[in-house]
Amino acid sequence: MANYNTHVLVCGGTGCISAESDLIIENIEKQLVEEGMADSVQVLKTGCFGFCEKGPIVKILPDNTFYVQVTPDDATELVKEHIVKGRKVERLLFTDPETKEKVSDSKNMDFYKKQLRIALRNCGIIDPDKIEDYIARDGYSALGKVLTEMTQDELIDIMKASGLRGRGGGGFPTGLKWNFAKGYASDQKYVICNADEGDPGAFMDRSILEGDPHSIVEAMAINGYAIGATIGKVYIRAEYPLAIKRLEKAIDDAREYGLLGEDIMGTGFNFDIDLTYGAGAFVCGEETALIHSMEGERGEPTTKPPFPAESGYWGKPTNVNNVETFANVPVIILKGADWFASIGSEKSKGTKVFALAGKINNVGLIEVPMGTTLREVIYDIGGGIKDGKKFKSVQTGGPSGGCLTAKDLDTPIDYDNLIAKGSMMGSGGMIVMDEDDCMVSVAKFYLQFTEEESCGKCTPCRVGTKRLSELLELITEGKGEMKHLDELKHLSRVIKDTALCGLGQTAPNPVLSTMEAFADEYLAHIKDGKCPAGQCKNLLEYKVLEDKCIGCTACARVCPVNCISGEVKKLHVIDQSACIKCGACMDKCKFDAIIKQ
Amino acid sequence: MSVKTDLTETKFNELEAYMETIPVKKGELIRVLHKAQGIFGYLPEEVQKYVAKKMNVSTAKVFGVVSFYSYFTMKPKGEHDIAICLGTACYVRGAEKILDAIKRETGIEVGETSADGKFSITGLRCVGACGLAPVVMVNDKVYGRLTADMIKGIIDNYR
Ligand SMILES: Cc1cc2nc3c(=O)[nH]c(=O)nc-3n(C[C@H](O)[C@H](O)[C@H](O)COP(=O)(O)O)c2cc1C
Ligand code: FES
Repeated sequence: MANYNTHVLVCGGTGCISAESDLIIENIEKQLVEEGMADSVQVLKTGCFGFCEKGPIVKILPDNTFYVQVTPDDATELVKEHIVKGRKVERLLFTDPETKEKVSDSKNMDFYKKQLRIALRNCGIIDPDKIEDYIARDGYSALGKVLTEMTQDELIDIMKASGLRGRGGGGFPTGLKWNFAKGYASDQKYVICNADEGDPGAFMDRSILEGDPHSIVEAMAINGYAIGATIGKVYIRAEYPLAIKRLEKAIDDAREYGLLGEDIMGTGFNFDIDLTYGAGAFVCGEETALIHSMEGERGEPTTKPPFPAESGYWGKPTNVNNVETFANVPVIILKGADWFASIGSEKSKGTKVFALAGKINNVGLIEVPMGTTLREVIYDIGGGIKDGKKFKSVQTGGPSGGCLTAKDLDTPIDYDNLIAKGSMMGSGGMIVMDEDDCMVSVAKFYLQFTEEESCGKCTPCRVGTKRLSELLELITEGKGEMKHLDELKHLSRVIKDTALCGLGQTAPNPVLSTMEAFADEYLAHIKDGKCPAGQCKNLLEYKVLEDKCIGCTACARVCPVNCISGEVKKLHVIDQSACIKCGACMDKCKFDAIIKQ
Repeated sequence: MSVKTDLTETKFNELEAYMETIPVKKGELIRVLHKAQGIFGYLPEEVQKYVAKKMNVSTAKVFGVVSFYSYFTMKPKGEHDIAICLGTACYVRGAEKILDAIKRETGIEVGETSADGKFSITGLRCVGACGLAPVVMVNDKVYGRLTADMIKGIIDNYR
């Protein structure tokens, strides 16, 4: 075996691969061969580092140097300077936005300081395609410990004592759920991993599967032992090709190592896993719908009870857990329930992964102890709002959640606090919005989503979400009336009370929470015919300012519909009847001579 | 029509060979449809009928499943599929303007294919590259951090 003294870790998550990180690896390897160093330097393609904003990321060990926004062209310099001569490439280091100083060790970056990575412990550290890497970091020792030292009840007691709650949205205590599934006797039981990740702005489950697939394989086997199941299934979105590939490889390798299959580790325990692909339906994230989809049917939900623990896949006792929930399990076994329960807030233990996105400086994947405040997440880790704009709202919980505002910034994040504030934890999407975002439009965006995704089985959801989104459409078009506000509220309540499944029951949340927190914005649309954020096309006009326009013609040239006229060095005018309000002219003008009002 | 969308016998044979590798057909309809779409590029009526017969279920059931899931399409995609992320992060960072520009350039709507079969537009949800928002994929190439004025140049590459 080669004796590597230096390791180059290159992010191989979906975001960084989109920015050509594969080519970076190729170029680094080529250059290493050229320098005759291919035997002493190992290049690893890892999972997501989380700091997606500044991707692609390249990290060099042992000195932990963290390079950002690397391009394939930078590969030669990185090898020649850093690896051969031992000199850091300053221009590729991260610049602290406040002190303007270069930071070379990621441990000193604000983005990482307040994070605690448990579910993401291996992401960005190991090569997800190598089972040896996972094993070297205590991988599969939790499974070994469980199979050789614990009874089913002892294992379930640990899960209960840890306080782990489901990370897929519901927050149900995991140990308790396992106990239910164990309690029903049957010739066959199933373990299902919910990797359907439906929230349309979230990618934590995918990152875990891409960066650390073995942790899920191991946890599912542990779950199988706990409840007496021998078959595991992962329901995964077909839109996640990379995650599918890595998970399939992990399953194959585990089988080869005797960590899946028959008589695992010689203990007589049998367990195997296979994949089922989702086909693009949000409602299939709901566990009963998911099970129907796995059976090859339309993914329509059914009423609970019976819960899957009693009658799930093919009518057999089934335990469904989310990817991130599973990712926590092996660590809890190894480090103990007390350790896990010491992290987090009173009723929400451990950490939560969030996909931080939107108008924030550091878009990325973060993991923080429960109880961290929104302010810490948005300002310390997230680096504040983009382009120095003003914070307006943060949306959590995806289409089922709500919008929180500046007054909620000091709220410690946990399941119960977020619900008390009219939102919810959801699966971990966290979208930050600034002064330019129209909250009525945001509500409309989510309602159009749920309208489209409603499976159509129950009327309140099928027709109700359509009506809600129509009303919101009227308001954003400037045709709203005061009575529409009452209709929105009334209809929302009816849907919440009567819809069949969680999709419908939570669909009105984005409407209710924005109506509550941003009532003035709804009123401005209806009463004044204005969109305060300047986003609703029907309610705004682009205008050239006479005293600022110097007649450079840039706006007229960029206008896609040629509705701006004017001669060189003379005032330009926008033909309002032809303007499509794309805003291209305003973006282009260097003299701030175009405004929207 | 491009080769990809032709309903040739070879393709039906490939699908049949695949179905034969599945020992128990019960519950495997979606798996088979994934494969069929991979082979044919889309799922027209003929393919749905074929699958129904082979899987021993009614055509209505197959249609019910195909129409339920957004991943399955009954219309052939264009030679170049322009997939735009309409996830929340991309929406907040201006995906709507990008989409408007794409519609203007191609003259088609989301879910449509242009008359010459060159382009189609597909709406996606979070492709996992929120750091690059707003994001568009043409075939498999990802374009990130887009502004509306970049769209024409990108689409021109594929004309
Ligand atoms: C409309 C709807 C969508 C859901 N989507 C997901 C999802 O994408 N991923 C997920 O893990 N759970 C989702 N859930 C929650 C699941 O029904 C289920 O509670 C969860 O998978 C249980 O795992 P946990 O206890 O580990 O969270 C969704 C629920 C509803 C009502
Ligand atoms: S929302 Fe577009 S990539 Fe995530």
